Amino acid sequence: MPLYHNDDQAMLKDSVAPFVAEQAPVSHLRQLRDSADATGFSRDLWSQFTEMGLPGMLVPEAHGGLGMGHMEAGIVLEEIGRNLTPSPFLSTSVGAVAALAKAGGTQAGRWLPAIASGEAIIALAIDEGAKHRPDRIATTATRAGNGFRLDGKKSFVLHGHVADMSIVAAKTDGGITLFAVPKDAKGVTVDPRRLVDSSLASHVTLNGVEVDADAVIGEVDAGGDILDALLAATRAGSAAELVGVGQGAMDMTVTYLKERKQFGKLIGEFQGLQHRAAHLYGEMEVARATVMKAQQLLDEGSEGARLMVSVAKAKAGRAANLAVREGVQMHGGIGMTDEYDIGLYMKRDRALAEYMGDVHYHIDQVARMNGY
Amino acid sequence: MSDLDAFRAEVRGWLEANCPAEMREPIREEGDVCWGGRNWVFKNDAQKAWLEACVSKGYTVPDWPKAYGGAGLTPEQTKIFKQEMKRIHARSPLDSFGIWMLGPALLQFGTEEQKVQYLNPIARGEIRWCQGYSEPGSGSDLVSLQTFGEDKGDHWVVNGSKIWTSYADQADWIFCLVRTDKANKYQGITFMLFDMASKGVTTKPILLISGNSPFCETFFDDVEVPKTQFIGEINRGWDVAKYLLGHEREMISGGGAGGDMVSIGGAFAKAFGKNAAGELDDPILRAEMAAFDVDVFAYRAMGERFMDMWKTGRAHPASSNMMKYVGTELNKRRHELVMSGGGSEALEWDSEETKGGARARGWLRTKANSIEGGTSEVMLNVIAKRILDLPGA
Repeated sequence: MPLYHNDDQAMLKDSVAPFVAEQAPVSHLRQLRDSADATGFSRDLWSQFTEMGLPGMLVPEAHGGLGMGHMEAGIVLEEIGRNLTPSPFLSTSVGAVAALAKAGGTQAGRWLPAIASGEAIIALAIDEGAKHRPDRIATTATRAGNGFRLDGKKSFVLHGHVADMSIVAAKTDGGITLFAVPKDAKGVTVDPRRLVDSSLASHVTLNGVEVDADAVIGEVDAGGDILDALLAATRAGSAAELVGVGQGAMDMTVTYLKERKQFGKLIGEFQGLQHRAAHLYGEMEVARATVMKAQQLLDEGSEGARLMVSVAKAKAGRAANLAVREGVQMHGGIGMTDEYDIGLYMKRDRALAEYMGDVHYHIDQVARMNGY
Repeated sequence: MSDLDAFRAEVRGWLEANCPAEMREPIREEGDVCWGGRNWVFKNDAQKAWLEACVSKGYTVPDWPKAYGGAGLTPEQTKIFKQEMKRIHARSPLDSFGIWMLGPALLQFGTEEQKVQYLNPIARGEIRWCQGYSEPGSGSDLVSLQTFGEDKGDHWVVNGSKIWTSYADQADWIFCLVRTDKANKYQGITFMLFDMASKGVTTKPILLISGNSPFCETFFDDVEVPKTQFIGEINRGWDVAKYLLGHEREMISGGGAGGDMVSIGGAFAKAFGKNAAGELDDPILRAEMAAFDVDVFAYRAMGERFMDMWKTGRAHPASSNMMKYVGTELNKRRHELVMSGGGSEALEWDSEETKGGARARGWLRTKANSIEGGTSEVMLNVIAKRILDLPGA
């Protein structure tokens, strides 16, 4: 498969890009932020997403979705990134769907159709501390009665306070098991925190939470592979969103270089800025190609996908971070103002870069996967 | 089975039968690379057999038309051919400035007669070409070149000198930018072709910081060039040169720029071992190597995307400048890490154990990557102007 969008994908982009830009531009984020919105996203917008079939893009057709791939989901995520659109798309329609589709069984049958129909918002309760360490999950699930008892603390759970269900990764006797923990389950305390990018992420405490045996996603002790699928999808997805954030910041900055005058010249005439903008362009192009390659390998079910997903998350993280830093610097004083959008890009970049493993985590993963 | 699958199977079978085992070994020294030409001495029978086998199928230039010595492959077939070559680690049967640069210029600007006359010997490795572009006073500002061809009716008399002419001392012919109108800067250059054995041509290898001399100074002293030996139009050679520079960057972009695109940390761990935790012992070097590996794998994906887009006309025409810039900077970084990884051993300049200081010399050689074929700074200028459309660049 060539590494560019085919005709169908180009058509998808042509319909999604103007839709997101019109319905949920940066002013949409500002509106939610300034009204101290407690949901974290617009349910009206989610309904519009549903009318376009977007929440169920990755849901298999048998479960009422469109059965598309990560490359297609990436197209939506890039536009979400470019417009800084608050949305549960990444956790619900990408991460959760990847896990449920991989696991199959009762929970897949229960939740995949609900995701496709736009009814269910799903949160991913993976992290436990300030840093992403999915190989050191301490939350436990012990057998109790017909089911399990969950104890532990989760953090950085995006949309955790409004999710209809949270996918909780826990340690069981023989490995990792994933659980579908429904909203309002007894013993769950959800503490949403406002983050730097105005999104809401929760600290979730699980204190003797009792779930039925059929709350297990997949098989007991065999959640490792399902968790891997969830992580790969969410990492590739956040990398795609980062490309959108970086591209949005870069475009805004290049436009500014062509408008702002100092010393009687457009500042874009100065070679000192031109070279930095050109360097950034290269980094963004490479990041985009890398993310597409990761998506392609995921869609092919290739063994090489894991490595490329980490490469993509690291590269997109680096490139988008450069874009927002250069963006603020090249905007000068107004780049520091709340009124100007470039600072919002810097904030979103920071939050997304941290999500599901930061640049350093994934660089380390690349070293491990290459045997050093 | 699709046509492409069938093609892949055919190529795989052919390579299996025709690529000698010696030609699947990594390149170890200069002589392992086959450049062809009148005076070429094959290193061994395998090198000769491999070239001849490829020539017979048109595989030295797989995507050129059959009439000019190629195999007439489509872009998809060419990609498959390259993948299959790579799969068995096959060496290139023939490296050649004729294939990489003159050929594409001829295909674009040459007459039918010129194509037949010049392309076939290139494809067969019979004529080795060199490129006469830079002059002592004309580097990045190439269009200021002064080598002059005086019009003498049916021929020009060329005087001047070129510099950084790769392997001029071993080349059979030169394609050369020569000023033919002093009053017209851009439209006063002709893209000439002439035999390096012509009277008045001399070459002098330049000793570089690597201790090697791949480049020459080339002097023209009343060299007579028949007025049939040019490409495009007289005084419009700059169009050809610009096209060719773009093509050169494309070629570099297609995989050459980033150098050896494998994990540096993985190779280093194999050579120097790991600690009990299974990691490289020096954590900071490990981190730098891993960060570099991310960029290598990322650039590999970029190379694939670039070629997919370039071959189907989807790429921005100036995007090869970005590829060249990113790739050459990456390769310089690789060699800095190779030197750090190798420690004092990598400093040895002529010992047998280091194959004559291969690492140190290779490291120094890479410093030219971001100078030759357009400096990184010129690449950034082009990106700023042609892609980002920044003012006054």
